[in-house]
Amino acid sequence: MSELSVVPSLVSPERVPRSAPGAAAVAWMMLERDLKLAFRKASQLVQPLAFFAMVTTLFPLAITPELTRLRHIASGVLWAAALLSSLLALEFLFRDDAQDGTLEQYALSGRALTGLLAAKTAAHWLLTGLPLALIAPLAAVSLGVPAHALPGILASVTLGTVTMSLLGAVGAALTLGVRRAGALLSLLTLPLAIPVLIFGAHATQLAIRGEPYGASLTLLAALAVFGMTVAPLAAAAAVRINLE
Amino acid sequence: MTWTWFHRLASPPHLYRTAGRLTPWFAWPAALLIIAGLIGGLWLAPPDYQQGDAYRIMYVHAPSAWLSLMVYTIMAVAGAIGLIWRMKAAHALAAAAAPIGASFTLATLVTGSLWGKPMWGTYWQWDPRLTSELLLFFLYLGYMGLRAAFEDLQRADRVSAVLAVVGVINVPIIHYSVVWWNSLHQGPSVMYLGKPTMPPSMLVPLLLMFFGFTLFFGAVLLVRLQGEVLNRERAARWVEEEVGA
Repeated sequence: MSELSVVPSLVSPERVPRSAPGAAAVAWMMLERDLKLAFRKASQLVQPLAFFAMVTTLFPLAITPELTRLRHIASGVLWAAALLSSLLALEFLFRDDAQDGTLEQYALSGRALTGLLAAKTAAHWLLTGLPLALIAPLAAVSLGVPAHALPGILASVTLGTVTMSLLGAVGAALTLGVRRAGALLSLLTLPLAIPVLIFGAHATQLAIRGEPYGASLTLLAALAVFGMTVAPLAAAAAVRINLE
Repeated sequence: MTWTWFHRLASPPHLYRTAGRLTPWFAWPAALLIIAGLIGGLWLAPPDYQQGDAYRIMYVHAPSAWLSLMVYTIMAVAGAIGLIWRMKAAHALAAAAAPIGASFTLATLVTGSLWGKPMWGTYWQWDPRLTSELLLFFLYLGYMGLRAAFEDLQRADRVSAVLAVVGVINVPIIHYSVVWWNSLHQGPSVMYLGKPTMPPSMLVPLLLMFFGFTLFFGAVLLVRLQGEVLNRERAARWVEEEVGA
């Protein structure tokens, strides 16, 4: 027993030498690396966006082509589609790094895994959340939403996708060891994303009606900040458990 | 105060026997309280002046709703204890509790919608409490799904414990966002037991049912915990001696 305990456990971190770059520099390097890798496989980046556009197309076909009626359901359609397509993009978050052992190296590096995962999540949001927020106004116009609502839609989807990426990081970290985790991942993540859906869709609806939507936007921002505080911790705990 | 009794629970055979010994102390009072509560609630309590007899479903609905929340909290606390002190018994408890909690949540939803038919004229209303109860049900399903997805029991224990802790932080946020959403989308058409104070003839059976259901949960939890321990320890010799297989 005593001999066994001498063997270091797989994820016991090494000490970081003094000359090593600081935490912010490491986070920046991580961000750069993830962006570079993602742009080499650009088709993966386009797929969730195409999915989003496809889902928004389903509603006019299924319900009605009349723009006046579509306008009433536009906020719901946009947000349901945004939630679903950000779920779709989650698969890429940790999968490759877990498969080739990179994630293990991060855990062993002696750096706070929380910070590294926060940087990875930020990269994921830049690659999937931000593009989604940028095309959401376009989809909104196709649903008959007046132009004065577009800034509100851009702002609310931007904030909402931040929280979605953070929640998704937790979900993806939890299901890291599960093969074909797609359905399970949605079952885990969607109930937790309900507040985002409620405040986001409400902000969008108010923006479409031309009413002030600041309060909902503030609540979305609060959710995002809360997520930033808690989600990387939970994701790091889950990744460590799954690597053991 | 000594904690030896607590530390001894970490030993599976001791936990198994303790759970077995405690079960009747929960089961019998539960049976008596539930029978007394049912008699009090279904026969002795007067009909409500607005809801008639329909309100009596409350005697099953309200205790189930209380337990659906309490069991999730117990699961999260047990999960946190298991994560922090690496206590396997706590994980076994969480695993045993999850399906019971899901059942109480389902019972709450079913009785709620049955109650909704005479009260609201429809089985389902997107009422904040029903909606957040439905989301709680999904949280339970996710928890059990995640647990089932892992072959390695220890990993399943610890990963699902993280999920339970994340979930329990989110339950109030989800609940209040749903309340807020509802207050925007429809007027206060829903009425919960119009009167702020219930007469004792209605209240006492309800309290009996609350305690009875809670003890019933305790009894079922102990039985399931025994099963869970046996399953986890099925390779151990004490199990063979205990069960005599």
